[in-house]
Amino acid sequence: MIKVAIYADYAATTPVDKEILKKVIDSADVFGNPSSIHKFGKQAKAILEKSRRDVASLLNASPAEIIFTSGATEANNMAIRGVVARHHRPHIITTEIEHASVLNTFKSLSAEADVTYLPTHENGVIDTGVLKSALREDTALVSIMLVNNETGVMQPIYEIREILAGHDALLHIDAVQAFGHMAVDVKDLGADLLSLSAHKLYGPKGIGLLYKSKDVRLDPMITGGSQERDARGGTENGLWIQAMAEAMKRASDESTRRSLKEMQLKERFLNTLTMAEVPFEVNGDVNQSASHIINLHFPWSQAEFLLTALDMADIYLSAGSACHAGTLEPSHVLESMYGKTERSTKSIRFSFSYLMADEDIEHIVEALKEIYERLMK
Amino acid sequence: MDNSNITVVVGMSGGVDSSVTAKLLKDQGYNTIGIFMKNWDDTDEFGVCTATDDYEDVRLVAEEIGIPYYSVNFEKEYYDRVFQYFLDEYKKGRTPNPDVMCNKEIKFKAFLDHAMKLGADYVATGHYARVTHDENGTSMLRGVDRNKDQTYFLNQLSQEQLSRVMFPLGHMDKTEVRKLAHEYDLATKDKKDSTGICFIGERDFKEFLSGYLPANPGRMINMDTGEDKGQHDGLMYYTIGQRQGLGIGGDGGPYFVAGKNLETNELYVVSGYHNEALYSSSLEASDINFITEVPDHFECTAKFRYRQEDEPVTVTRMDDGRLHVEFKDAARAITPGQAVVFYDDEVCLGGATIDRVFKEARELEYLG
Repeated sequence: MIKVAIYADYAATTPVDKEILKKVIDSADVFGNPSSIHKFGKQAKAILEKSRRDVASLLNASPAEIIFTSGATEANNMAIRGVVARHHRPHIITTEIEHASVLNTFKSLSAEADVTYLPTHENGVIDTGVLKSALREDTALVSIMLVNNETGVMQPIYEIREILAGHDALLHIDAVQAFGHMAVDVKDLGADLLSLSAHKLYGPKGIGLLYKSKDVRLDPMITGGSQERDARGGTENGLWIQAMAEAMKRASDESTRRSLKEMQLKERFLNTLTMAEVPFEVNGDVNQSASHIINLHFPWSQAEFLLTALDMADIYLSAGSACHAGTLEPSHVLESMYGKTERSTKSIRFSFSYLMADEDIEHIVEALKEIYERLMK
Repeated sequence: MDNSNITVVVGMSGGVDSSVTAKLLKDQGYNTIGIFMKNWDDTDEFGVCTATDDYEDVRLVAEEIGIPYYSVNFEKEYYDRVFQYFLDEYKKGRTPNPDVMCNKEIKFKAFLDHAMKLGADYVATGHYARVTHDENGTSMLRGVDRNKDQTYFLNQLSQEQLSRVMFPLGHMDKTEVRKLAHEYDLATKDKKDSTGICFIGERDFKEFLSGYLPANPGRMINMDTGEDKGQHDGLMYYTIGQRQGLGIGGDGGPYFVAGKNLETNELYVVSGYHNEALYSSSLEASDINFITEVPDHFECTAKFRYRQEDEPVTVTRMDDGRLHVEFKDAARAITPGQAVVFYDDEVCLGGATIDRVFKEARELEYLG
């Protein structure tokens, strides 16, 4: 039997759309520095600002509100550190289930700010009741992800926005796992700040952006030239910015088709797995989750073992986060949902793409069934 | 011979021995897979994770050889089954051998199970020992490199365990292994051999142990004269026959540890390497494991510690299931907690854990 490699880890990263790359390469002849005032500089500036306009319109923002960054990690840092720097020992709020780029930024600010971490319910949704009671007069920032990267569970942003109504606290949304899978409209979401990354959208790695409402002031983290309206020094990564704009445009145009396919794959996966009588439980509320992610608890195996066994069958998935020595740490997201139980070491994330075929799903289930039966022997 | 249908999981530590092991198996055509074991988490306490560098070496070597590589975490199993035993033995005043326990419980149990569940036919490690299979079953033989032979540490393995094990380095000299590593230009070719117990590493042993067990200083008594020779730092820090670290100066030395009295918290020392008190004539042992079938009463040779010459002994299985081992010549510094391992020429018959030590018919009470 010829083994086909199956990648179902699209929430980790996506392959780059080659057509986007081609477009970008074709425009590489325009190489000027957008800050130069000569013609070459102006040509480059024109392309850069076109990308900014395109991106802004996709987010229902204005071009001056878009800051390009090296990725979402930088965008998250910029938003959080930028707000804290403008206050004296402010109170800031996030959740227990954020991505490391938010969580560890909050942790590193514990000397400069009072920090509250919101817990989650078992369904993977944060406890908005705790948000209400945690909110203080000096709360400067609430940072919440739109879609959790491990469970796919969507967070109740509208409700959070309502709780924050009339309050001075800024709302930062990490929308990395949301864009392309659902509408991301900064006005509709009521975001003051919002982070995105290109490499989750079939764009290249190393490029992202921060939406910053024109009413918000941030202290820059990277000081330098006057690029990005003084928000971030350094010559703009013009080619990758174009690539990101193009990736976002395609993801937005194709959003319905792609999400529908992802949902079909997810449904087929859950049905086939049930039919195959491989025991599992869904982590979080499947009805409140984004189209492309599903996280399953397999009580019969450690995730570490399962990932190795699946990798040996050329099926590539992930779970929680890996330590430097290649072993898995218990998932902080699942620990927040279910407490410190073995569920957080026996669960795996599957993340799908419109690029996948139905047969891929069958292969994954077959492999899981084979491993399950081997273990039960 | 086509070995491609035989899957071998190699326990890769990031050292030169397991690197060459993996390379040899890959070259012999086996479906070879490297797995790194993380048994100890030192990041919590000290902020540095030595496993990171070792795993990095596994990654480099696996990429060089062209084999898949993974990692598995046995921190919990190691703590429960090896480290707890290690502490318990020290609490009893004995000198444990965590490497023997690690081989028995982790490398050739937890890890072996993991590999088998992944579909492996064999597990291979870079140990210097040989395994042979014939109509009488599986036998374990000493490594050809006498100086490196590790059968002492493998004495608790069962036939069942050994039947799924490969030791490709068993018929090689260490110098040959280094040479091969250079020939293959492996990333670990010049890496220093690890020394000491894996979880202690290069750290100071006393300091490490004091982090887990309370040190209880007491008196050092000259066993022959009854003279008080000063203070000891805590009985657990000393092992029978030890000379270094007693801090006894002046005349009459050098001094050696000859016993411990847990009740009075006294450490007994004697003067002179060949002091009578350090010698014994027989021992009793439990945790008996024989790889090769033996009668209830037989003669063979034995090692009482690693890298020691064999001594001729007579072994008798007692009614209570324990072993009585009579030495042909008086043996020095036999240490409870350590392993006694039996050999018939090249064959490692098995081993047991030393419990009690005797001189003629008299038990040496303060050895344990």
